[in-house]
Amino acid sequence: MSDKVLHYCPGCTHGLAHRLVAEVIDELGILERTIGVASVGCSVFAYDYFRCDFQQAAHGRAPAVATGIKRVHPEAVVFTYQGDGDLAAIGTAEIVHAAARGEQITVIFINNAIYGMTGGQMAPTTLVGQATTTTPQGRAPERAGYPVRMSEILATLDGAAYIARMSLHDPLHVGRARRAIRKAFEVQLKGLGFSMVELLSSCPVNWGLKPIEALHWIEQRMIPSFPLGELKNTAGVV
Amino acid sequence: MKGLEAMGEAAIRAGCRYFFGYPITPQSELPEYMARRLPEVGGVFLQAESEVAAINMVFGAAGAGGRVMTSSSSPGISLKQEGISYIAGAELPCVIVNMMRGGPGLGGIHPSQSDYFQATKGGGHGDYRLLVLAPASVQELADLMFEAFELSERYRNPVLVLGDGLLGQMMEPVRLPPEQAVAPPNRPWATTGARGRAPNLVSSFHIDPAELEALNLRLQEKYRTIRAEQTRFAVEDPEGDARLFLVAYGTAARVCRAAMRRARAEGIPTGLIRPISLWPFPDAAFEQVMERALGFLTVELSLGQMVEDVRLAVAGRRPVEFYGRTGGMLPDPEAIVERLHLLWEKVGVRHG
Ligand SMILES: Cc1ncc(C[n+]2csc(CCOP(=O)(O)OP(=O)(O)O)c2C)c(N)n1
Ligand code: SF4
Repeated sequence: MSDKVLHYCPGCTHGLAHRLVAEVIDELGILERTIGVASVGCSVFAYDYFRCDFQQAAHGRAPAVATGIKRVHPEAVVFTYQGDGDLAAIGTAEIVHAAARGEQITVIFINNAIYGMTGGQMAPTTLVGQATTTTPQGRAPERAGYPVRMSEILATLDGAAYIARMSLHDPLHVGRARRAIRKAFEVQLKGLGFSMVELLSSCPVNWGLKPIEALHWIEQRMIPSFPLGELKNTAGVV
Repeated sequence: MKGLEAMGEAAIRAGCRYFFGYPITPQSELPEYMARRLPEVGGVFLQAESEVAAINMVFGAAGAGGRVMTSSSSPGISLKQEGISYIAGAELPCVIVNMMRGGPGLGGIHPSQSDYFQATKGGGHGDYRLLVLAPASVQELADLMFEAFELSERYRNPVLVLGDGLLGQMMEPVRLPPEQAVAPPNRPWATTGARGRAPNLVSSFHIDPAELEALNLRLQEKYRTIRAEQTRFAVEDPEGDARLFLVAYGTAARVCRAAMRRARAEGIPTGLIRPISLWPFPDAAFEQVMERALGFLTVELSLGQMVEDVRLAVAGRRPVEFYGRTGGMLPDPEAIVERLHLLWEKVGVRHG
């Protein structure tokens, strides 16, 4: 990672997710052939923090941009870093089809159950009953539908080789998340297909919680809705 | 060769190795041709899930240093506008083909020129320009593909080749230049993996207003250079005696050529101005004929879009009339000649 000071809010786990990805890239010794794709959302400046080549994609289109890059440089390691608004709303088609094609890319998917950057509106991952600026009385399924579980959806696709959902709310889970990220990159290095790690991540500012409370909220509220684990590991990566 | 196939083959010979597209009539033969040919030359054809995805794949591939193109027709080009704006903002080279069909909305599948505004005045958001080239024959479809790749790389700007369904389906003899030796383009700014150098960033995002304004000012400077260097047109005036000028591009220009011959046989000294670059618009063509011209008749497969640029170029010095058909209907040479007669009377000249 670069020396730049992270711009994320105090208690936000975006920065932690960055560190895990950066550590895995260093561990695998692939920094000089890695090309990242930054999405739109709080992580829009991700390229400031990684010391590899980067492209900035339009909202939701990172998997398509990554596809273009990977097809030009099949030997490169290409990853996208996307929020839930980016990946599960405006970019649903792009992520589904990148996975269906078995595109040899790795996706880091930050699920914080809300739109962070634009100020706390409902995301496709917002929990039933969760208050946001566009669901001020709490998300009511009869009006606003139900949360979308992208990892489960993508795991049904033949092109997806490795799909895991992990959480960043305590050190034990952070360690597991790190191992999953490493596996996801290894899947790409072995050319086995599409890989994605979904990370349950905090947004204390827009949840209206203190940083510690936010971590509890992930554990108590998010995990029951978004169960953790490897949803797909056809590749048999250990 | 069929127009669309000539375009595909020309693109490959110009060194294009990546094609991302999505089917739409009347241009699907171009992606089909690329699907067949690109793997033979070690290239990549990929059918995207949508035009939105296709143009963003183009963004990625261009940013990664590939020579890349996409093609579509009107409703598909509308979807591509998001990506085109980002590509213009990130200053990436690529070629986009629009074989226009009638609109608005789903419109129809027959030839049209009603995307002129969208092509030349923006289309996507932001202060940006595309170089827009308008071929009028199968030979030109092929030649302008070469030009398109060259120009897009020279200026790091997307180039739009604007044709229509009729040109694409037309069969005409064509001479294709030999395959260019495809030297990997020298693109020190591309994302290729930061081996032994500082990381590269391909982005159109500038949160600092001063920085964004600076980018826009720099882009305008580039557009001024393109304006000065890349105006293309043809003036057809068989006897050098023309006093009225038809103004038309693409398929409309072909109809106008027939009308011009007929009008001349009926005693109206008519010429044809054929803009080949629609942006930058060839104002110079009008200066070239202004002294002898008494009036202009713009003919389009739309209800009047390019005519606005013709009026700007003529700047009130001569009458500018308009005749257009739309929805896939072709202008009728006879109706054009009729209008030339009216204009000839109006400008008060009796031949003889
Ligand atoms: C086409 C388009 N629509 C809307 C936006 C505005 N926008 C910016 S970030 C964002 C939501 C991002 O949320 P998420 O992906 O969950 O990331 P987070 O900010 O929570 O990290 C939206 C809607 C945009 N930039 N582009
Ligand atoms: S708004 Fe939320 S997601 Fe964005 S940086 Fe702040 S805490 Fe993190």
